[in-house]
Amino acid sequence: MRFVLRRALFYLFTAWAAITINFLVPRLLPGDPVTALMGRMQGRIDSNAEQSLRVLFGLDQDMSLWDQYVHYWQMLLHGDLGLSFTHFPTPVADIVTQALPWTVGLVGIATVIAFLLGTAVGTGIGWRRGTWADSLLPITTFFSAVPYFWLGLIAIAVFAVNLGWFPSNGSYDRGMVPSLSWEFVGSVIYYGTLPALTIVVSSVSGWILGMRNMMVTVSSEDYVTVAHAKGLPARAVVVGYAARNAILPQVSSFALALGFVVGGTLVMEMVFSYQGIGYTLYQAVSTHDYPLMQGCFLVITLSVLVANLVADLAYAALDPRTRQEG
Amino acid sequence: MSLHTTTPGAPAGAPGSTPRTDPGPPVLEAVGLTKHYPVKGGGRGSGRGAVVHAVDGVDLALHAGRVVALVGESGSGKSTVARLLAQLQPATAGRLLLGGADARARGRRAFRRYVNRVQMIFQDPFASLNPVHPVRYTLTRALRIHRGRLRGDELERALAELLERVHLTPAERYVDKYPHELSGGQRQRIAIARALAADPEVLLADEPISMLDVSIRLGILNLLADLRDRLHLAILYITHDIASARYFADTTLVMYAGRVVESGDSESVTQDPKHPYTRLLLASAPDPESLAERPEGAPRGEPPSLVRPPSGCRFHPRCPFATDLCAAEAPPLLDVGRGPGGEPRLAACWGYSDRADAPAVPRTATPTGGDA
Amino acid sequence: MATSTTAIEVAAPTGPDDVGTGVARPGRRPRLLFLRNSKALVGIAILVLFGILAVVGPWIAPYDPNQVSTALLQPPSGAHWLGTDHTGRDILSQIIVGTRGVLVVGLVAGLGATVLGVIVGVTAGFVGGLGDEGLSALSNVFLVIPQLPLIIIIAAQLPSAGGITVALVIGVTGWAWGARVLRAQTLSLRKRDFVEAARATGERTWRIVLAEVLPNLTAIIAAGFVGTVTFAVLSQVTLAFIGITPVSEWNWGTILFWAQNNLALQRGAWWWFVPAGLCIALLGMALTLVNFGIDELVNPRLRSTGMHARTLRRRGIRPRVGFTPVVRDQWRASRPGEEER
Repeated sequence: MRFVLRRALFYLFTAWAAITINFLVPRLLPGDPVTALMGRMQGRIDSNAEQSLRVLFGLDQDMSLWDQYVHYWQMLLHGDLGLSFTHFPTPVADIVTQALPWTVGLVGIATVIAFLLGTAVGTGIGWRRGTWADSLLPITTFFSAVPYFWLGLIAIAVFAVNLGWFPSNGSYDRGMVPSLSWEFVGSVIYYGTLPALTIVVSSVSGWILGMRNMMVTVSSEDYVTVAHAKGLPARAVVVGYAARNAILPQVSSFALALGFVVGGTLVMEMVFSYQGIGYTLYQAVSTHDYPLMQGCFLVITLSVLVANLVADLAYAALDPRTRQEG
Repeated sequence: MSLHTTTPGAPAGAPGSTPRTDPGPPVLEAVGLTKHYPVKGGGRGSGRGAVVHAVDGVDLALHAGRVVALVGESGSGKSTVARLLAQLQPATAGRLLLGGADARARGRRAFRRYVNRVQMIFQDPFASLNPVHPVRYTLTRALRIHRGRLRGDELERALAELLERVHLTPAERYVDKYPHELSGGQRQRIAIARALAADPEVLLADEPISMLDVSIRLGILNLLADLRDRLHLAILYITHDIASARYFADTTLVMYAGRVVESGDSESVTQDPKHPYTRLLLASAPDPESLAERPEGAPRGEPPSLVRPPSGCRFHPRCPFATDLCAAEAPPLLDVGRGPGGEPRLAACWGYSDRADAPAVPRTATPTGGDA
Repeated sequence: MATSTTAIEVAAPTGPDDVGTGVARPGRRPRLLFLRNSKALVGIAILVLFGILAVVGPWIAPYDPNQVSTALLQPPSGAHWLGTDHTGRDILSQIIVGTRGVLVVGLVAGLGATVLGVIVGVTAGFVGGLGDEGLSALSNVFLVIPQLPLIIIIAAQLPSAGGITVALVIGVTGWAWGARVLRAQTLSLRKRDFVEAARATGERTWRIVLAEVLPNLTAIIAAGFVGTVTFAVLSQVTLAFIGITPVSEWNWGTILFWAQNNLALQRGAWWWFVPAGLCIALLGMALTLVNFGIDELVNPRLRSTGMHARTLRRRGIRPRVGFTPVVRDQWRASRPGEEER
């Protein structure tokens, strides 16, 4: 219980740090892009929007930094992330909440598949050392060295443009209206297969390698030998003893990898024009839509923190040692 | 090194031991040494402010040219005593007297001065040498710190002389080696050489031979004895093997759960133990001559918790003679006789007191306990 | 401890009880042992190749990468080995010239992040107490916050995000991983006897950190450096692809940026985006191979895995985890060996 509390406290602290970074970045960096933009949009913004922009970007010179900070927090706690420039006057919060589920779905499913697949393959390779399975390593290493988005480009080129098996962009058939019908769900799956596949192929090698290394280390431990000596069948030893212990660092690195996964998925969405939060960020960057950019960053970071907390809980559930230490 | 043969007249501290002259004032003395470690976080059942009573009120004195053995099982606090004496950790209470003067080092320079006179050897010869540095670097650093900047020929000569002192000759063969290229015994000799670079008066040896092959142990002990005689070092020899204490040390102190329970000259302590724990220690060494018989008071119980040690005498849960008095009050070190050279013998057991409620501890161990 | 290799591997004296010899053993220095690892050699060879390209690139490129021509969107030919883009610029030249941009940013970012990580990690591990808690909290924060989005919003709000600036941003955001690993290692090293012994000899603290602790950490620092360079290269390419870095500086990501924005995919102009990605993958793979080499150096168990398994198989024994081969005598070596499960 104490472990959970400590982790929760840590994530709260990190969330605070992320929000503060978000607050400080536009104020610390040289140049002032927002004022220029504001000048260009003179007269077309109403006072509320202008006020929220000032709070977000510190354009109010007569307020102290601390006051600005307090105002910023007040805005956030009201769920107000400002108004987007390009989709004016849609609030950023709306845009973001619409895009987030797509990303979570894509990332979640693809990552889980990659993790499970990679761990299983890694276990197999680690167990059967020195066989043909070892040669899988360089191949998967190559794939992990490839930037996600390039793999996506290749995938589109091969499967979408040349073979025409999958659509090349979008998250669902544009002709359809989002609803909870089977047709819609099917369309979502159809459009999401290629991006998900690319993420899996790209990230699976990391899991394989990690699991293999851990299996090698764990299998030479005495308790595995004892399990063999007791006469347990090989599969029971692999799954119940070796893999069960080898998987622990995997779980904790899963949590840490989430940050990278999110990063990679962002670019993947850009490539596939998949309307998740990554694509939204991409558009925001291209159009210099600063409120939207900040809002996206905040939401992405907070989601990663939540995911990390969940992974930590999973780790605590798996490893009895963490439950004991205070 | 057998415990169970009494060769009459086998001098303690053989070979070539100094005659039984008056040892003179102690070079290093510890009075009431205490160390309590705070327990972090608190495990089950221990509240805030719980401490591990690692060492409680230990007195010991080291004299030039003499070896004092500190014997005990794991967790008895003997390694902690060594680190306290080396001032690698601050003592919770107690005094350290070097040459009669208070030697508690509070600053870096005071520590340097102290370390110039008191050096330590560690238990694991492989771990106590940095694996990325060759012998030359390790010894040069020690020389530089304690003897100033030596260069070129002077340095080579000093290195050769150090290696010669620990019988690693020819020096060129060893000076550029890495620790993993040396055997355990050779590494321990390098560790001793490093300690000797400071020209210390006191050598604290924390289980110097327990991680070495049995065939090598004697060589290292003989080296230490040789150094004691030639350089008149005062040596504290910490071990869990009481037989080697008999072989090597002049005085033996037995520790249990952070306290000294018996002290005296090595011969008497190992041949005629007074404290029930010492008897237990000696009796548990297998005796090829009396394998079938069990020592009196069969051992029971487990090593004590140091966070909440037993009340009164810390050995009372395991002592076959314990009475209520033993559970109520901790016995002081009581006089239990004199050794062959007239040295005092002490044991912390109520059985040697005159109190009415004292336990009935037999004054000498029964024959199955270890005497021939 | 039962491993499948103890009975047969040529024993390299590593235990504390072996007798020292009077001969210096080959490969005892970590450097030489490292070079004997074939994976690491391949990686280093590729890196050297790219390094040479980075240095001499602008001189050996056949065309100026910015030079437009009339040969629009041509597939690979004799004149243009990798074809041209939509304005007739030679793609091979773009790649060659872009190598420098990529490598410089990678190295600068890697260096910056590593230095920061070493300072924070080793200090936290050695100092302990409040300093440790503070520094750990700091590095945990930077570790958990997703790096790419952070880099994106910082770089996007900068007036100009040229190569070195991007490198600095990556360096400042990417040190946390190394710091954490180094802190854990320093904590365990600090308890080792040789650190205590150095203290008992009277060494000063800063000398202990620099001369006793740090040399034992070189392998990990090197691995961290390589990892950070990999990440820096990928991040920079991603930033260029998104369009944050100015397109006047050539790097492989810029090529992909142009390709994406001009619908190279749909036009089927595979020569535009395939080579750039291949180069990135090759560089990343080289760096990863080097890291493998370092990994196997640090963890000897991984090192012998493939090699010994092959030896065993040659003698007809199927290597499986956790079994002890019992070889009776040489005369029976040709028969399948015993397997005890």
